[in-house]
Amino acid sequence: MTKRKKRSLKKTTVVDFATYLGVTVLFVVMYSLQSSGSLTRSLSGLLIPICCYMSMAVSLNLTVGILGELSLGHAGFMSVGAFSGIIAAMSLQDAIPSAGLRLAIAMVVGAIFAAIVGFLVGAPVLRLQGDYLAIVTLAFGEIIKELMNCLIVGVDERGMHLLFNLTGSKTADDLHLSETGTAIIKGAQGAVGIKTISTFTAGFVLVMVTLFVVLNLVRSRQGRAIMAIRDNEIAAQSIGLHVTSYKLMAFVTSAALAGAAGALYGLNYSSLQATKFNFNTSILILVFVVLGGLGNIWGSLVAAAALTILPEALRGMDDLRMLIYSIVLILVMLATNAPSMKAFFSRVQAAFGKKSHEGGKGNAV
Amino acid sequence: MKKKFFAMVMAGVMAVSVLAGCGSNNNTPAASGSGAASGGDSAQTFKIGTIGPLSGPYAIYGQAVANGAQIAVDEINAAGGDFKFELSAQDDEGDGEKSVNAYNNLMDWGMQVLVGPTTTGASVAVAAKCYEERTFMLTPSASSVDVTAGKDNVFQVCFTDPNQGTGSADYIAEHFAGENVAVIYQNDNPYSQGIRDTFVAEASAQGVNVVSETTFTADTASDFSVQINAAKSAGATVMFLPIYYQEASIILKQSQAAGYEPTFFGVDGMDGILTMEGFDPSLAEGVMLLTPFSADAADERTQTFVSAYQAKYGETPNQFAADAYDGVYIVYEALKAAGCTADMSPSDICEALVGVMTTISVDGLTGQGMTWNANGEVAKAPMAVVIKDGVYVTPEN
Repeated sequence: MTKRKKRSLKKTTVVDFATYLGVTVLFVVMYSLQSSGSLTRSLSGLLIPICCYMSMAVSLNLTVGILGELSLGHAGFMSVGAFSGIIAAMSLQDAIPSAGLRLAIAMVVGAIFAAIVGFLVGAPVLRLQGDYLAIVTLAFGEIIKELMNCLIVGVDERGMHLLFNLTGSKTADDLHLSETGTAIIKGAQGAVGIKTISTFTAGFVLVMVTLFVVLNLVRSRQGRAIMAIRDNEIAAQSIGLHVTSYKLMAFVTSAALAGAAGALYGLNYSSLQATKFNFNTSILILVFVVLGGLGNIWGSLVAAAALTILPEALRGMDDLRMLIYSIVLILVMLATNAPSMKAFFSRVQAAFGKKSHEGGKGNAV
Repeated sequence: MKKKFFAMVMAGVMAVSVLAGCGSNNNTPAASGSGAASGGDSAQTFKIGTIGPLSGPYAIYGQAVANGAQIAVDEINAAGGDFKFELSAQDDEGDGEKSVNAYNNLMDWGMQVLVGPTTTGASVAVAAKCYEERTFMLTPSASSVDVTAGKDNVFQVCFTDPNQGTGSADYIAEHFAGENVAVIYQNDNPYSQGIRDTFVAEASAQGVNVVSETTFTADTASDFSVQINAAKSAGATVMFLPIYYQEASIILKQSQAAGYEPTFFGVDGMDGILTMEGFDPSLAEGVMLLTPFSADAADERTQTFVSAYQAKYGETPNQFAADAYDGVYIVYEALKAAGCTADMSPSDICEALVGVMTTISVDGLTGQGMTWNANGEVAKAPMAVVIKDGVYVTPEN
């Protein structure tokens, strides 16, 4: 029975559903553990950032793995999403008392702003062939960081006040807020006094939405076009695909998802500086993607979770912590790529496969 | 398909084992720790945590804080009083996210009082967490008012940014009346920007003539010739540097190379410049700074601290180490005054300490008779020193 059903489903579909199922099961397990209080604080504190990083990794995988363009400024979109989300959530504080709704709005706002910025960055660059996107996104990440450093935003009953501190001589006082007003972002001091409204459930929803959007895009007609462009741009052009618009579609989607993740991330901490979203953060997310495998969505999920937990799990090692972290990274890269290790894994797999064959068919999906 | 499925199962197993490993790692010390705490007979052992950048570009501050706190804890334990301390220092790389992780980790360990974090941005994030969960927090060195604002259980050992900014402006207005002032600050750093803002506000109120204001960021902190030339051509004779000492050392070097010698004036971030590796102390001759601590102070307590620090860590302690050292003693005094016992929960200790913090007065390395207001800000006098022959001395004028 099961075997026949399996044949009727495509391999990719099964993997996709298994991914959804895996994320849902993990969420249910973690959520029940957390609410029963049997989770350590460090782990339960990591749940929301892990959701953000998962979403970041999957969305970057869309650009790097599926579209085949290298992006080195993914944290820039996260930054745009985080700060616009924070502004939205803080300024709606009185208008919308429900924290959940405010969070949802903040994430949508973050996604929209990041998408707009993604379009502005992508539209000129994606017309070109070659590694130009890598160069431009690298610069974009730095520019966004500097721009956010200049941004001073406050809100009072007259509305929102926005200031660009390009000369470096203005402060939050120059907004001339009324007595009841609050400064949301104070230039280099970043956003402080943020009401932390992010929840693990919202993180789960974000990861599921990200998966849903990315997986459906990839499996759709557009997705096949995008992968055709990745594999051979000239051939794709020759069959009449509009290369730039497909590239833009993938890139802007990726930016929007990163923006939503940024908003969730920003609203999880009571202070946030633009320098957080620097080149290192972009590379960290790229490491998630590369470690999980280019184009491999569930691989990104696992890599993001594992590499977020690893440095925390190694806290017991004190001074050796970062050393061990990097050694583990190198070993994992070697293990997944070295030919001898690959051969070893396939032997294990063959043995395991034989056993499961003999051991009855009930175990199969 | 089987291959993929197998790989997924393996990945799932790995993820679960990582999670499980993480959980058990953190559980074990917490369990054993609480046993030790309740098992102590006459002396009570409190668990104190500290957080700071032990790695990364700001590691020098985090390490100073961890070392300074460790020396205070060793002294208190060696003295054999009723109170004993156990210290755990956790790395946050100066980052808010990692700082909150470190805080959660310390809470798993069984921390009762937090003497940290070290940097401003991280402290704001952790302070909100501490306020929410009612954990007593005393930051040795995060100087922004945002850290303590609106949180009754968060206190500071160091001066606040406004305190330093206005203090510097007042000092310059008084002692360098009528001279032109240039400011170079780091506009992607909350500490530097915060002091600059209050300095400029007070300077304009006092009629100080600020002729040049230039900025740099963490990425452009290797060459200051543009900023120095701007100050020079604006005719500044006093240069205010509300920045950390690595950058300040480059500015001093490049200014000398450019033949430009104004009076340099720094704040507590400038402290440590004399002990910096590869820096020629003669370049800092005549530099003035506001600092609460001087490793060359003649009093016995400072001397004991400095020699203990040098013996243990092989370097001269800076103001961050002294702040952390004081922080541990402040917690010690407050715990004594509040009559806390080691079996109390962090939140009970927090409420007890909040009650006594505004009433106690502590003598430390960084100030005599330190008191706190309900906002959590410390009252101690900033002290201006000038560097002469490689040591801090009190200025003559």
